[in-house]
Amino acid sequence: MSIIIENLTHIYNPSSPFETVALDNINVEIKAGEFIGLIGHTGSGKSTLTQHLNGLLKPTSGKIIINGFDITKKDVKLREIRQKVGLVFQYPEHQLFEETIYKDIAFGPINLGLSEEEVDYRVKDSMELVGLNFDAVKDRSPFELSGGQRRRVAIAGVLAMRPEVLILDEPTAGLDPKGRDEILDQIKMLHGKYKMTIILVSHSMEDIARLVDRIIVMHRGAVALTGEPRDVFKNVELLENIGLAVPQITYLMKKLKALGKPVRDDVLTIEEAKLEIQNWLRSK
Amino acid sequence: MDKIIRIKDLIYEYRSEENENVQALKSVSLDVKQGEFLVVIGHNGSGKSTMAKHMNALLLPSGGKVYVNGLDTSEENNVWNIRQTAGMVFQNPDNQIVATIVEEDIAFGPENLGVPPKEIRMRVDEALESVGMSAHRKKGPHLLSGGQKQRIAIAGIIAMRPKCIILDEPTAMLDPSGRKEVLETIRRLNKDEGITVVHITHFMDEAVNADRVIVMEEGNMVLEGNPKEVFAQVDILKKLGLDVPQVTELTSKLIHEGIDLPRDILTVDEMVMHLCQL
Repeated sequence: MSIIIENLTHIYNPSSPFETVALDNINVEIKAGEFIGLIGHTGSGKSTLTQHLNGLLKPTSGKIIINGFDITKKDVKLREIRQKVGLVFQYPEHQLFEETIYKDIAFGPINLGLSEEEVDYRVKDSMELVGLNFDAVKDRSPFELSGGQRRRVAIAGVLAMRPEVLILDEPTAGLDPKGRDEILDQIKMLHGKYKMTIILVSHSMEDIARLVDRIIVMHRGAVALTGEPRDVFKNVELLENIGLAVPQITYLMKKLKALGKPVRDDVLTIEEAKLEIQNWLRSK
Repeated sequence: MDKIIRIKDLIYEYRSEENENVQALKSVSLDVKQGEFLVVIGHNGSGKSTMAKHMNALLLPSGGKVYVNGLDTSEENNVWNIRQTAGMVFQNPDNQIVATIVEEDIAFGPENLGVPPKEIRMRVDEALESVGMSAHRKKGPHLLSGGQKQRIAIAGIIAMRPKCIILDEPTAMLDPSGRKEVLETIRRLNKDEGITVVHITHFMDEAVNADRVIVMEEGNMVLEGNPKEVFAQVDILKKLGLDVPQVTELTSKLIHEGIDLPRDILTVDEMVMHLCQL
């Protein structure tokens, strides 16, 4: 399940005074099973890009090929795209609307015209994937749940469509640290155990550093930088100039290194930093 | 007036959908000093927003009392005065902007207070200046970034000349640069204009510069102190499902390994200094 984005350009309000180039000739390839972190400040083009990936927006020019299938062709049915690529919006719990959690998750599969048994199976399966107890909550109203649980229901609704690629636009915004860790652990599991291709849009450099295989940094509608977290977070100045940051722990190690201490400065997690500092102190 | 907000044995109860009595606040007492920068942390459902909404009479106590600038919030006649004294900024900037032009939005509050037009003009200009948004006065709010919109929401409150601003997770929806803009704005209003700030947040690094931090859990206040005192309790905070700054957590781990460091390190610079002295 690879995604190939070729010369993708999107212009909002073309040939009007409000003309804005939101995506400017993007070329990206995402391999099957990759866990991508998509970062960039507000207005950098992240959301415009993700909305192209599931057919919500059509390119002004350029192509998107998902597993050999060009989703930007004129005669492509949206239903086909949506079954390949699931998009979880920001604050997805605002889009819950059914009386019960079961009905809400079943809504997509029913619209695909699946059999009752298949729908039932998919609802159960998706709830399990996001760690919701089927028997305990299926008949409850989504509005009785906590924010973090509601968000899981919304993600389960997208998973019930069996997408091969899952895109999450800031899935932890507004959650507390506990709720955030629960959701991120589930996403990590979907990637690790089910080999889903995942694109995570996030403002938290700490979360990105700890989770993803590769980072794509967007700036002014173009890809400013891409690579493994370790390499991307070396570019402190560039990232700061475009309104981003690196994890606090990375700043710490860079400062120590700049003072001539014998530590690595491409450290991403607290555990790594601990080992580096212990080794340095022992060597004194 | 030394204490701008006084909360005494505050209880707040409501009926859940299953018709059960839920106590969201269980006898909380807290004083906020004039000019203080207070940060409230706690996870969702801990009662922090419920408490904040009592500070400008959006919610009224089921038991106990809340006084804002000496005024009892449960007296209906005081509500108008209280809302002028303590203004509130919420999480989502899009839900707080009412007008189609930035400066008209900021004028909305003072207009409703019956402030004369000349005075409104002056207040709007000052408010825009103090959040650093004067250049955008004529713009439509939809053309602004999240951080800019949130600064407009803050300016709208400032124009009401409050003594105190309560911010309920104002940075939750913003990117790193937007967060920085809003935080710097809040800090400046506190330092330069002496406005009391009650800042509710999930981001522990936003609490580092506060005068005082309180931690809420299940409707109770469970920790209180200056940032160093509170964040030194890494184990308790982690148990409550809260974060500490990465360097503070690293410090705690290094101490565990027998390295001699103070427990209350909060910033990168402090950490560098202490490590280099070892």
